[in-house]
Amino acid sequence: MDEILEILSNDARVSPEEISRLTGKDVNTIKKAIKKFEKNGVIVKYKTVLNNDLAREANSFVRALIEVSISPEKDVGFDHVAERIYSFPEVISCHLVSGPYDLLVVVEGENLQAVAHFIAAKLSSMAHVRGTATHFLLKTYKEDGQVLKKAQQKKRLNISY
Amino acid sequence: MKRISTKVTDLAPSGIRAFFDIVLGMKDVISLGVGEPDFVTPWLVREKAIDSIEQGYTSYTSNKGMPELRKQICRLLDNRYGTRYDFDEECLITVGVSEGVDLAFRAILNPGDKVLIPEPSYVSYGPVVDLAGGKPVFLNTDIANGFKLTAEQIDQACVKGVKALMINYPANPTGASYSRKELLEIAKVVKKRDLLVVSDEVYDELTYDFEHTPFSSLRGMKEHVIYLNGASKSYAMTGFRIGWACGPKDIIAAMTKIHQYTMLCASITGQMAACEALKHGHGAVQEMKREYKRRRRYIVGALNEAGLDCHMPEGAFYVFPSIKAAGMTSLDFARQLLKKKKVALVPGTAFGKGWDSHVRISYASSFDNLKEAVKRIKEFIS
Repeated sequence: MDEILEILSNDARVSPEEISRLTGKDVNTIKKAIKKFEKNGVIVKYKTVLNNDLAREANSFVRALIEVSISPEKDVGFDHVAERIYSFPEVISCHLVSGPYDLLVVVEGENLQAVAHFIAAKLSSMAHVRGTATHFLLKTYKEDGQVLKKAQQKKRLNISY
Repeated sequence: MKRISTKVTDLAPSGIRAFFDIVLGMKDVISLGVGEPDFVTPWLVREKAIDSIEQGYTSYTSNKGMPELRKQICRLLDNRYGTRYDFDEECLITVGVSEGVDLAFRAILNPGDKVLIPEPSYVSYGPVVDLAGGKPVFLNTDIANGFKLTAEQIDQACVKGVKALMINYPANPTGASYSRKELLEIAKVVKKRDLLVVSDEVYDELTYDFEHTPFSSLRGMKEHVIYLNGASKSYAMTGFRIGWACGPKDIIAAMTKIHQYTMLCASITGQMAACEALKHGHGAVQEMKREYKRRRRYIVGALNEAGLDCHMPEGAFYVFPSIKAAGMTSLDFARQLLKKKKVALVPGTAFGKGWDSHVRISYASSFDNLKEAVKRIKEFIS
């Protein structure tokens, strides 16, 4: 991976000036490179990874993984149906996968009913969707490469040779 | 009756101990005083250690260490540098490199034998030579020369009774390392003066500007060199306490003789974990190295801007800037910085008497920590 991307994907708050100091490259070169990454869609968005169990009020948020089986359409395959599905704001992520089903869709809602309603009213009844299997998430241990634990105690000594 | 032996009583006392105790007891300190990686041991290595305990590997190993680990070490040295060691007779697993240094000097020194040690120096070399009955002879380096010894300097220091040269690269506390060309010059003197070389290369994987060259890989040097390395720094395994020594048969046999009476063997859990690290940990090392390299660039730039003269070290995770600009002793600097700004670092005098206008800063700390620490150091100086 490009070094600038490596730094930003670990911490999006690092400024171009700081990246310049870390890499030894000129600030303007860094700024230009970032602009280019943003323009051609390599950098999609800068956001914060939250531990939703802590960040949101209790019982105010439900997430589900849904396995969706689809009959592919002539010429466009799965893309067309996938687009219809992922365009719903309830859908957090959507992947075409190999194996016994076709799309793995992650859906988020305020509560169980809201997610159930979305599946029944929008997803299952959509043309070309042959079936769904829903798994409600009970607990998230790791998200985006980060283990979701409260801040850990320091284990190293403060000073050593 | 004096209960403590004269030798230990006379061992250089550390004025820094009291300062260390204060730092160790303090909370909410940003510490740039740490001599170990801020990464935790890669999970694949920790998992292997857990598994080995579950499987019941809890016994002694052979004195020399597990054959599988020794074979892996010798294979790597051969593949990377073309240096061939026989795993059975020329390789010994030690409890960290620290034990390796101790064994090496106890194995080779007769009372009064002199050992050349570059300064600033890692804290243990001098005392260990003393304890082994030898006499440390410290050779000063300076910041203008990147804290490196020169071949001429070693040659001139080879008075009667000098038996060995201690060399450590990349170095703690300066981060200085030697290119192949520089090492070849030193090797000529080693040959001419028929010196033994104890070479502590524990930071070898953290060399940033050129490929690391083991001293023993230079032509004609294998018979002169005791090569010391370990898993601590490369694989962030300091607590596992695994090191290794490779060298000429007679010396390794002598070291093993001492080791079998004093240490018996290194912990089996540590040995199994180290074996896993050497086999599969390369990716994790490269990731850590990239991160350190960036922090190095940052800290050198930031300290120089803050008015502390700081050279660009070739390796390890330390810088050794001059604090002359602050106009105080290194211990005062460290004490006051800790008291006023809650930033910890190690006074230069820990690494030799003459280093009172320097401090050791470790950049094995997160980028956020480094930024905040540099900000506080700037405020402190101005």
